[in-house]
Amino acid sequence: MSPLNYLKNSGVGAIILAIVLILSGCSSPKSEIGNEDAAGEIYVPPGKHDEFYSFMSGGWTGNISVYGIPSGRHLYTIPVFSQTPTNGYGYTEETKAMLNTSFGLVPWGDTHHIQPSKTNGDYDGRWIFINDRNTPRIARIDLKTFRTDEIIEIPNTAGQHSSAFVSSNTEYVSANTEYSIPLPEPMGSGVDVPIASYKKNFHGTISLIKVDQKTGQMDIGFQIQVPPFDYDLGRFGLGVSKDWVFYTMYNTEQAHTLLEVNASQNDKDFVLAVNWKKAEQAAADGKGQLISSPYVHNLRNPETGIAESETKEQVRVLKPSDLQGAIYYMPAPKSPHGINVSPDGEYISEGGKLSTVVPVQSFTKMINAIQNNDTTGSIQDIPILKYESVLAYEVKDAGLGPLHVEYDGEGHGYNSDFISSEIVKWDLKTGKVLDRHPAYYSTGHLTVAGGDTRHPYGKYLIALNKITKDRYLPTGPEMFAGEQLFDISGDKMKLILDFPVEGEPHNGAELPASLIDTGQVQYFKLSENRNPYVTRTEHDTKVVRDGKRVDVYMTAIRSHFTPDNIEGIKVGDTVYLHVTNLEQEWDIPHGFALKGMLNSGMLIMPGETRTNVWKPLSPGIYPFYCTDFCSALHQEMQGYVRVSPENSDVKLTYGTNKDL
Amino acid sequence: MIGFLWIVLISWGCSSSSKKTSEEEQSQQRSENGLTPFQLENGIGPITEAVEVGPIDTQMATRGKEIFLNNCSSCHKIGERYVGPDLQEVTSRRTPAYIMNMILNPTGMTQKHPTAHKLLENFAAQMADLSLQKDQARAIVEYLRSVNPDLEENDLPKNN
Repeated sequence: MSPLNYLKNSGVGAIILAIVLILSGCSSPKSEIGNEDAAGEIYVPPGKHDEFYSFMSGGWTGNISVYGIPSGRHLYTIPVFSQTPTNGYGYTEETKAMLNTSFGLVPWGDTHHIQPSKTNGDYDGRWIFINDRNTPRIARIDLKTFRTDEIIEIPNTAGQHSSAFVSSNTEYVSANTEYSIPLPEPMGSGVDVPIASYKKNFHGTISLIKVDQKTGQMDIGFQIQVPPFDYDLGRFGLGVSKDWVFYTMYNTEQAHTLLEVNASQNDKDFVLAVNWKKAEQAAADGKGQLISSPYVHNLRNPETGIAESETKEQVRVLKPSDLQGAIYYMPAPKSPHGINVSPDGEYISEGGKLSTVVPVQSFTKMINAIQNNDTTGSIQDIPILKYESVLAYEVKDAGLGPLHVEYDGEGHGYNSDFISSEIVKWDLKTGKVLDRHPAYYSTGHLTVAGGDTRHPYGKYLIALNKITKDRYLPTGPEMFAGEQLFDISGDKMKLILDFPVEGEPHNGAELPASLIDTGQVQYFKLSENRNPYVTRTEHDTKVVRDGKRVDVYMTAIRSHFTPDNIEGIKVGDTVYLHVTNLEQEWDIPHGFALKGMLNSGMLIMPGETRTNVWKPLSPGIYPFYCTDFCSALHQEMQGYVRVSPENSDVKLTYGTNKDL
Repeated sequence: MIGFLWIVLISWGCSSSSKKTSEEEQSQQRSENGLTPFQLENGIGPITEAVEVGPIDTQMATRGKEIFLNNCSSCHKIGERYVGPDLQEVTSRRTPAYIMNMILNPTGMTQKHPTAHKLLENFAAQMADLSLQKDQARAIVEYLRSVNPDLEENDLPKNN
């Protein structure tokens, strides 16, 4: 929203703002609806599957929503950074450690940028990486289970918008500071400093997180201390530029208050280009310093399936002076936002945000400029390359408020415009505008299927619109965001579908269904369940008291629990309810809900064990039941726990189909 | 509840499977409900040939008992009706192939086989598919033969 606010507050933009408001206040012009072919293009018959999976960051939902394309069907929501009481994610003993941080358990996140894992610059369908902007974290989702398997906290950073970007072969994920902060000694001056000492004491960091090629497991490789600008977005290079990573930034003014005015003063800000291969070598050579920066790393133990947390103490931080020949600034017009690299790796495009052009730099020219030392000075040991020396062209008439660019693999770039609400298509070699189409309203990111890979799939483009207004039946003041699907296979873009999506998706990624739909885990083999509280058969069910702790080892199968009658629980007990789903069939989860339970319900997948902790506060009979309609006798899938006063002598007994 | 179940069953689409076996040879002789005499006697599923049994293999029956306790006993007891039918004399009522198909293809059986369908009507609980293998189902048959008091002479274990 910053361009809009900026314009509101700067008299300069009053006229533009008026145009915007008129545009977004109107309902769609007739020429944009009633596309007769569209119904056929998006129609996926009952029982048939979509061609693509679309993964959309949920923004303030903290999660990822999954859609089918072209139908726009909402397939699933993957819990990532937000506790999900509907299935127990982040509440059960098996999952709650996933949300641990150095601040404690942070139950919510703000997901922004989705990046699928890549091999040779193309999606490989293994994992999805995504960031939490608020509490700097990166999550890894396994695409065989659609589950969050790992979350790593990123120290020495804040407002972590500039992430999670993935290198060509998923060697690294990059995560970077938007809101600069002071760093601990000895790299910084300590963290308790006046805000007004921003220019002196605040720093940004670039983090390169190493990814294990086999397991996907992350660990922070190293960080680079950089000037306190607001690092906004980034992309690793592809093809010829694959050893480099590029980041946009604004606030080169180094403002720390009223940024919408004070960080919009300079006509040019920067793109930071880092040769990550050389930086990796510098770190391996022991350059920089290890500084004390505790951060929490959470990993689902592949043996037990239980999330475990580990606190790590140090990270290696490099300075630009350690990276001579490997780190440069390239000027870019006024507060650039998105940055995207063309499939061949040659063109690097930014959304000018507060300018009306999309600048496109040439990687070849950048290398030449570096070799010719074609610079205009430096900032904190980072040389600034000349704008004209690295520029391939500027896309003129790219619309107002250009934010992001993606590519179709057919020699075209597409940029989104927040202010003028449109998608603009241009020739990748010349920057000549070829087509433009309105979007409703105020597009943020856009995605072309595979649009940030070596070989985009093309065919579809999705506009992720920030403002919904009148596009759907109204739902009061709050509503879902609106996305729009375009067919880009012809010369002219065709709008073929509007579909509402959860939260505020910041970006998305489309992967062909065939990369993901084979090899999906359908259920977990009970014989391989290594949860220490598994109950494999009804004969093994038991209730065990140890002081005030009671462990209930319970099983669920269509359609009864064992035990389903329990007596002898007392007020003051802490009851661990370990429920194992004995089913071995796809899509037969059982749920578990207990009256008065204060944390969450549970959904237990076939062959899995889930544990919730219950502290009964008063005597009584507490019914429990299955919450997932499992069979025709699902209603009958119920039971009772008797809770007696703390000092009672009711014996601990339990069973199914017998009187206690 | 039963009414709901019927609607589910009626509206459930049936997938077709081709079996290049004796049931295919009998395709000319399909009965009114579309099943071959082989299927009516031996069920529908991965077992498409009659399963010949000899004297009870006690080793296999012991293994079958363990598999039964781990997978079936949540719903089936020997000598009493529980969630599902009492299985004490099931080997007198059904062929080995029928029992194996019921274990390996419970949903297909209750949808398409008139006998299994009738049982679902009586018990209302759809039998769970526990993703067992053929050899496990065969071992369960051996165990069920061993608990049947109505043993034929040639069923008796060889060494007893």
